[in-house]
Amino acid sequence: MRAAVLAGGRSLERQISLRSGARVEDALRSLGHDVIQLDPGADLVRRLKDERPEVAFIALHGPGGEDGTVQELLEILAVPYTGPGVAACVRCMDKIVAKHEIRTAGVPTPDWVAFNATAFRELGAADALEEIEARLGFPLVVKPASQGSSLGVEFAGSRDDVPAALVAAFSYDDRVLFERYVKGRELAVGILGTDALPIVEAIPKQEDFFNFEARYEIGRTTYVCPAELSEPEAQAVQDAARRTYEALGCAGFARVDLMLAEDGEPQVLEVNAIPGLTDTSLFPQAAEAAGLSFEDMVDRIVALALERRSESAALPG
Amino acid sequence: MGALPAVPGPAERPPPPGIRHTSPVAEHRPDSRDLGAASRAKPPGGTPAPRRRAHTSARDLERYAGLFAARTQVMRSSAMRDLMAITARPEVISLAGGLPDTSSFPPESFAAQMTKIAQESSAEALQYGPTEGFDFTKECIGQVMAAEGMSPDPDDIIVTTGGQQAIDLVTKTLVDPGDPVICEAPTYPGAVPVFCSYEADTHQVSMDEGGMRIDELEALLDRLAADGRRPKFIYSVPSFQNPAGVTLSAERRRRLVEIARSREVLLVEDNPYGLLRYEGEPLPPLYQLDGGDYVIYLGTFSKILSPGIRLGWCVAPPPVMEKVVLGKQATDLCTSTLTQYFVAEYFAEGRWRDYVADLTVLYRERRDAMIEALQRHFPPQCEWSRPEGGLFLWATLPEYIDTSDLLAKALRENVAFVPGAAAYVDARHSSAMRLNFSASQADEIREGIRRIGQVVWEQVALYETITGEHPARRPAESDTAELEAEGADVLPLRRREARGGEAGH
Repeated sequence: MRAAVLAGGRSLERQISLRSGARVEDALRSLGHDVIQLDPGADLVRRLKDERPEVAFIALHGPGGEDGTVQELLEILAVPYTGPGVAACVRCMDKIVAKHEIRTAGVPTPDWVAFNATAFRELGAADALEEIEARLGFPLVVKPASQGSSLGVEFAGSRDDVPAALVAAFSYDDRVLFERYVKGRELAVGILGTDALPIVEAIPKQEDFFNFEARYEIGRTTYVCPAELSEPEAQAVQDAARRTYEALGCAGFARVDLMLAEDGEPQVLEVNAIPGLTDTSLFPQAAEAAGLSFEDMVDRIVALALERRSESAALPG
Repeated sequence: MGALPAVPGPAERPPPPGIRHTSPVAEHRPDSRDLGAASRAKPPGGTPAPRRRAHTSARDLERYAGLFAARTQVMRSSAMRDLMAITARPEVISLAGGLPDTSSFPPESFAAQMTKIAQESSAEALQYGPTEGFDFTKECIGQVMAAEGMSPDPDDIIVTTGGQQAIDLVTKTLVDPGDPVICEAPTYPGAVPVFCSYEADTHQVSMDEGGMRIDELEALLDRLAADGRRPKFIYSVPSFQNPAGVTLSAERRRRLVEIARSREVLLVEDNPYGLLRYEGEPLPPLYQLDGGDYVIYLGTFSKILSPGIRLGWCVAPPPVMEKVVLGKQATDLCTSTLTQYFVAEYFAEGRWRDYVADLTVLYRERRDAMIEALQRHFPPQCEWSRPEGGLFLWATLPEYIDTSDLLAKALRENVAFVPGAAAYVDARHSSAMRLNFSASQADEIREGIRRIGQVVWEQVALYETITGEHPARRPAESDTAELEAEGADVLPLRRREARGGEAGH
């Protein structure tokens, strides 16, 4: 089969996307597919029309690739693609929209307040900081609404940290959210099709605890998969992840990140519509713990993309 | 002094063992962020690069985590490295690189020299060379150093694979894990991973417009001495410092050399830019003031000829040199013979001083364009150094702006700089940035600074709105243009230039 791998792009996560893409490409080749590499740019549509791939594997991260933009183009060109569809991507990429959906679905997510820069510039949002702080308490987490990686995510330990944390978060997006900090265990659940994969736990080294970037480095964070949880805990976590995935309308695969709060309740933080697919990424690790090699995993993701396509083609109109 | 101990000719050795090994340190070389346009260059021939190896599983890779040396833990964050990689996009105006403008080197001259080498010395130029480098290369180095008033004994010189290797070799030779090393704050970003990878206990001494603060240095030396410790060396870029753009004053140079003598501490003088002076009187290098007893001198052809030839050097007292040569053997046996032949041919032409003079004219104009653009486009809360030479200036923004985050915003406007954090061993929060003015044309520099100024203005206004301070009003473009026409003096921008190296925050 002719498979296009879309990787690179213009987002800040370009490098990790290229690594994901290269790994996927190898897997597709060893599965016997013809692989076309596509680094999305001004010629993307023309190249898709010329190359006529039978499936597009989207290994893009961040705005442009993970937010429904590329998915919309592939819909128009009738090229089946991997991962969630347009609407689910739009919902996942925007942490604010995602949290509303998650809460509506009855899945716990840490309380939050979201603002855009205009609220500060034109509506005097700064005057509400006191109420926000009273509601969420310290420490609180300040994050840009639409970055996939840890970039721009800041802890504010006290009131004095808030302005600089906001300036940092607004460097990445025009909208940011304040989120109540949930103390607990940091977990990730990969969902493949409709199945929850074994849970991954990220255990940052003590000194790196408030350093989000350190969490993406080998050796600075320990990953345990499957996470050591009691059966009811694991059930509750996987259940929350599955319900989140459904609430956002995901398909194919995605990764749900959550905290297991000290009171034992899972609190969903966000969903990555296209999780990292490098050798050290969490999703492939979870797949491996479920007995799926990287190749098996890629094979399954492609099969799900084709199934979804034939289902929607069968629909009238 | 006697000749250096005879080093077994590498030509008689077996070729280096064919172990393919990617050092994690290599990924952190400054070159990766300094590449810019160079990294986009197409390889000759246009064949697609093969990239195939058996993949290891996630678990296998996690297992490597237990194998990494402790020193890899101090490496810079990969997220920031990835961010820097985006600066290489063709549409980005990159003021992040440290590149000299090699387009000003005449290609016909390059062709003639390489042809001559192929015709007259093909076999020799393709062969291994001595670890210390060829005598004819040392002769060229002698000419370059003489231009700044130095005359080293050729036996004290080793030719290295770029100035970067000289820093690495000196550190490798002198530093055990935990040994104190002193450098400037901010320091050359490329020295940071070197000191980290040898696990030096690096102390940074802040600077002002006169370079490293000698009072702070002495206080630090006293504190170390009270603990019974002495630094292995003090690393400094005295002229047109990278990244701060400031120059160590004549008085401080003398004091630094005195301190080295009286306390018996080595100075490592890194002088890549000394000949690229655009104004003011040349100052004597530390090596000249000291006579080479306590000063290890590092030089390079990168900024006066080409960084692509990877040719630098180190001048050190004989006992140190002996160890440096052994270190160099272990690292790469010898510096490229071919490029040493090229440099010799180029110097034989006798035009190298003219080329440096051409570069000086070119870079002066670009520096002036950058400073003018900064005055015009940056908010009054910012300050910057006014370098008398070299390739960089250092701009300091209000304390609440972290330039690592600001880079993400700047990249959306297709412009890039080096965030200040790269110049600190602890990668601390920094509200400063390094700006390069040698690699871009004056028009690009103006546009790049305009875009950076715009994102800085936005963040300043946002902060002031959040904190309830008076929101900053940015002069409209037309206002500035008018004011500019009336003369820079009436610009409503409070300027505190020539302050440089606001390091200590």
